[in-house]
Order: sequence, then structure tokens, then C-alpha cells
Amino acid sequence: MNKKDRLKIPRQVMPEQNPKERIKNFNEVPYGYTPELAIAEAQRCLQCKNAPCVKGCPVEVNIPQFIKLIREGKFIEAARKIKETNSLPAICGRVCPQEEQCEAQCVLGKISKPVAIGNLERFVADYEREQGNVSLPSITNKTKGKVAIVGAGPAGLTAAGDLRKMGYDVVIFEALHEAGGVLIYGIPEFRLPKEIVKKEIEYLSNIGIEIKCNYLIGRTKTIKELLDEYDAVFLGIGAGLPKFMGIEGENLNGILSANEYLTRSNLMKAYLFPKYDTPIKKAKKVAVIGGGNVAMDSARTAIRYGAEVYIVYRRTEKEMPARVEEIKHGKEEGINFLFLTNPVKYIGDENGNVKKIVLEKMKLGEPDSSGRRRPIPTGEYTELEIDMVIVAIGTSAQKVIPQTTPELKLNKWGYIEVDENLMTSIEGVFAGGDIVTGAATVIEAMGAGKKAARNIDKYISAKKNK
Amino acid sequence: MGFKIIRKERFSDTTFLMEIYAPEIAKKRKAGQFLILRLHEKGERIPLTIADANVKKGTITIVVQEIGKTTKELGTFEEGDKILDIVGPLGNPTHIEKWGTVVCVGGGLGIAPLYPITETLKNAGNYVISILGARTKSLLFWEDRFKKISHKVIIATDDGSYGIKGVVTLPLENILKSKKIDYIYCVGPVIMMKFVTITAKKYNVPIIVSLNPIMVDGTGMCGCCRVTIGDETKFACVDGPEFDGYKVNFDELIKRLNYYKSEEKLALERFEKKHKCRCEGKK
Repeated sequence: MNKKDRLKIPRQVMPEQNPKERIKNFNEVPYGYTPELAIAEAQRCLQCKNAPCVKGCPVEVNIPQFIKLIREGKFIEAARKIKETNSLPAICGRVCPQEEQCEAQCVLGKISKPVAIGNLERFVADYEREQGNVSLPSITNKTKGKVAIVGAGPAGLTAAGDLRKMGYDVVIFEALHEAGGVLIYGIPEFRLPKEIVKKEIEYLSNIGIEIKCNYLIGRTKTIKELLDEYDAVFLGIGAGLPKFMGIEGENLNGILSANEYLTRSNLMKAYLFPKYDTPIKKAKKVAVIGGGNVAMDSARTAIRYGAEVYIVYRRTEKEMPARVEEIKHGKEEGINFLFLTNPVKYIGDENGNVKKIVLEKMKLGEPDSSGRRRPIPTGEYTELEIDMVIVAIGTSAQKVIPQTTPELKLNKWGYIEVDENLMTSIEGVFAGGDIVTGAATVIEAMGAGKKAARNIDKYISAKKNK
Repeated sequence: MGFKIIRKERFSDTTFLMEIYAPEIAKKRKAGQFLILRLHEKGERIPLTIADANVKKGTITIVVQEIGKTTKELGTFEEGDKILDIVGPLGNPTHIEKWGTVVCVGGGLGIAPLYPITETLKNAGNYVISILGARTKSLLFWEDRFKKISHKVIIATDDGSYGIKGVVTLPLENILKSKKIDYIYCVGPVIMMKFVTITAKKYNVPIIVSLNPIMVDGTGMCGCCRVTIGDETKFACVDGPEFDGYKVNFDELIKRLNYYKSEEKLALERFEKKHKCRCEGKK
């Protein structure tokens, strides 16, 4: 096939559950490519020599090579090619913002639409798993040292996987009763089925990583105690503390952080209450405050509980940080958007349950430090009657480790300070992901985990050669 | 997998003690700290204060009152059974100093978490007066244990079946009238902590209360446990669970504790129905 023919192939669309049906269930929305669709999509790739797409990938997946293997029908081999640098492809294929990363660099994007790299990654990872043909890398028995990973989220899991493959003994400590971090408690089933997360974590267990759940480092064991037992420690503890706006009435019943709402639904399976013990309120009318992916996840979850849902966002659609795909899915599912509005006050009933929000109209001013136009209050107010509010305006640094490790240096926002090798102010203790950068994406945290693994290896090797 | 129940002791029809094998938590726990447990795969996460620990045996002690579905179900667990998940110790330990003379006020089940606080206060060199309140004599426990760690123990029961007849603020006010008290520590039902705080304030004595809001993760992630302290919002799990009583908005906390009432009722009815059927089936 020549280049001209390749350019003629349109970008293959992934089949999806119909919006009217899917708002009644929690099943995954896209069905994934069929082998035929995957091969057709793979044919579009021009196999650029300089591979600009790879530069867009925080974990440096060899994209042209895995796509070439798909073209040849070698799906299992393609999956393994990805796994050389990315331990969690089925997850990344689903939740990475490819449109800002690999696909943003794809030369086809300049002419028509970029190659659907994410869809292809997802396809081969699913194919390998469904065939039950997951291979385990050979790992040397001789251990190069012992590393403790704190937090079983994307950063910690990636660092653990890479270090184990380099020949280290790795133990992950997780505070919750299940590993996965935001992949388990935050991202809903309809966007990332938990079975897939469990399988990817099972893979890590199968290569010899020990995962200790119900273990809150800082309290159950301190960092200092970890350093007595391990050659190095990696902190991938995330930015889990939910932010609130600090406005009047915010502690009324029915006003929840997105973390709480999503944790009840995802981790605790409250959608199966009372078969499962954790309850969730089935509200009639829900306002979700914020415009990011977490706000979209909350809104789309609330729709599935049968609510009428309003996204309240202080800027316009153009400035929304959520992925375009999520906004599109949300619109199809019937979410209402109230742009240029900002909550200023909540009003409750005699039982302390929220019943109304007072919203201020906003307008856009000059761009702020984020490059987006700053919302400016207008002094004009409206009201919205609701019986639940989900606050999804971001999170800040986890508190327990800083509280119990006073010698750990933090920056002015409370995140952990690291040097260029991701080492913290404590020798042998590294950190990466949201706890260093503030809330970001799954793949960026994975990139940090990867970088940390490399530097931990260097650090331990140097120490042992002394 | 799981945490084994080593000993179970019934205090009454609705209250019981459990000693659980959890050596790492036993080693680390300090007065005032709590744990979160989940009974089984379908269970919810609930916070319970750690009432005692034995480092040598590697055990921790909890005292539970059967109120909701999970606590009732835990009541059906016996020695040798396992609780699937326990994480802890959580929260900040109680702030303890040598204040001079302190009064420790515990009501109902709050007597259990008050125990390690009282013990630590005495060990720090304080003169300790304990006031233990219960609805009725049969619901009172650990009087003997408190006698060992207090200089004086006063009992109050609502129905007068034992000790002074009336609520704990009665003996408390008598003490405050006659003696200089330097600090008060109080654990119990929210309404009791509210009135003990009002009494303390009347006599200008500082008071620390231990709050028990609804929690999901208990590690600072969900914000379900937020409480208003002065004009600030705090997370009881990572900023508390103990706060300056003067600053706590108790009325808001009471309302927040009631938010899931209808769901809790549904879950409990469903459990009791199922459990009853099982018992009858055995007969």
C-alpha cells in the first residue's frame, strides 16, 4: 500500500453503547475495535522514521513498531511491544489524553485526523488479556536490592513494575483495601472497567511484586522505619485531599466532594446498595461544580443514578479542562451545562440538607497564568434548586505523610519537593506523580514512576558499588 | 488474609468487646486514634476508636455498640472469625500534657475510647477524675478498669439504677463548682459532648472532644467527615478526630450524622430479616 492509499482510509470509529441505553447501566461505553477495524486503522500509520508520536508519549511507547505488528495481524506481539515500556496498556488506551500527547504529534493530524493510537493500544492490550496469553518477562532471581513503594496508584504501580523488571524486590504499601489508586476509586466503571485494572495489577503480582493493602505509611509504619528495611522508598501518594470553595453552606448535607461520590460508587460499589453496604443518595437534581475530567466522571455517574445533572463551570466550554471525548459523551447522555456561572452560596432546609445554590454570572477577562481567560464576577445572580452538589474543583496534597514526616521538604502548595532525579530532601526517598506536580493525569504520573524507577536503580547501584 | 478475632466479650445485649490480632496496629496506636474496618467483600468501611492494645500479644481492642447493619453483623462474628480489612492507627493521637487536675467524661460507648486517654493522662502525672455515664446500669462497663487509672471515679445513670441519677453534666458541674479543674476530656454521643462543652465553658475550663462523623476512607481522601471548627472546615480523619470543644459546631455534626438515616434503616431491616430467617432455619 502506498502513502496515497493510506491517506484515503478514514479514521476508524470505535463502536459504542447507545446513549439512551448506557445511561441506565454502568457498563463500559465504547466496545473497542474489532480485529478488522484495528487492522484498517493500523494501515493509516505512515511509519514515520523520526516517530514524532513517541516524543508525545510520557512513557515512550514504541508506537510505529506496535502499529506495524497490528498491521501484520500480530496482535499479541504488538501488546508485548507496548509492555516493554508501559506496564498498563489496557488502562492507558482508555484514559490517556492521547489527543494532547501521541496523537497531537501525529503528522496525519495536519492533513486529516491522527492515527487512533489510543484505540489501537487498547485493542491489543484487551486482545492479549482476552486470549489469556499474557506472558511474564523473565526476571533474574538475584536481587539488586529492596524498594518500598508507597501508594498503589499509577505512579507507584509503574515504578514497581519497572523496578521489578530491573531485578529489585518490590513491596507496595496501599492505604485502601484495594490497589489501583484513582483507577479504582476515581475513574468510573463505564470508562475503565475495574476487572481490567485488577488484571493489570494481577500481572504485577505475577511478576513477584508484593502488594500490602490496609497499610497507611506514616501511621502504620513511618518512612524512617521503611528506610531501615529498604534500600530506597518511592512516594506515589497522590494529591488526594479534596478541595472545597469555602463558601457559605458548603457543609450542608448532600454536598459531597467528587472523591467521596466516586469512591462510594466505584470502590465501594454503592450502585449495588443494599446488596453492598455502602449507601449513596439517589438525588433528583444534581449540580457538579467544575469543568475537568473528574467533574465529567461525577456528572456521568449521577446521570446513571437517574438524576437530572447540571455542570456548573465558571468559564466556557472552550476553557474546560475535560477531554473533548468526555464532554461529547456527557452531552450525548443529557448533561446540562451552565457555563459562566459560579456558586457563591448554598441554602439548606430545616434538616440541614442542601436545596438551592445561588450562582453568580461570570464573564471572561484577560488570560491568567494558566493561559485561559480569567472568569470575572458580574454581580448578577441566579438560583438553581438541587438536592445534591458534587464539588469537583480539584484536590491538594495528601496530609498524612507530611504530618508524620516533618523532615520532608514541601513547597508552598504543600507538595513534596524533589531534585532533578526525583529524590526528596530525605536521602533514598523519591517521589513522583500528583504529590509532586499537583493533580495531573494518569499517564503523567506513570511517566514520573518510570523516571523514578530509573533514578532509584542508579541510586541503589551507586550505593552498592561503593 | 484478614484479621482474626482472638476474644469476644459481651457487655450487654447490644454492646461487646473484641480483641483482634493486628500486631502492627497494636505497636503503633496511641490514645485517641481510630481504625477503619470492613467486614467482608460487600462491606462498608466504618471507623471505630481503638480502646486498648496489647503489644506483647499483638492485639487491639474495640468496643462496639450494635446500632446499624455493620455493627450488628460484627456482633455475629465469633472468636476465630476474621474481619477482612482493618487499617490503622488513623488520626492524630490525643494531645496530652501535665495539666494538673483533669476530668475525663465518657458517655455510653464513649467510655471505651476514653480509657486510653485517661490512662495516658494519669501516666503524664495528672490528678484524674473520671465521670462515666450510661443510660442504665447494665450498659455500664469498665468501672473497675477506670478505678485503676483514675484517682476518683464517678458514675451517673439516666435512670438512677447505679451511681448518681442523671446525666454526666450534673456531677461535672458539682466538681467545677468546688474545685479548680485544668482540663476536661470528653468522649460520647454528640449531644452529650455538646452539653459537657457548654458546662465547661461556663466555668472557663478548656475541653477536648473526640468527634465521630461518617467516614469512607478515613485517610483524608473523601471529605465526608468534614466538621466546622470555629470558622474553618476540618477533616476529622486527618485534622482530628479531637478538637477544642469550644470551637466545634455540634448541631451541624448531628445533622450530618443523620444524612444517611433512611439508607441505614433499609440496610438494617434487610439484614435483620435475612438473619432472622437464618436463625429460624437452624431450629
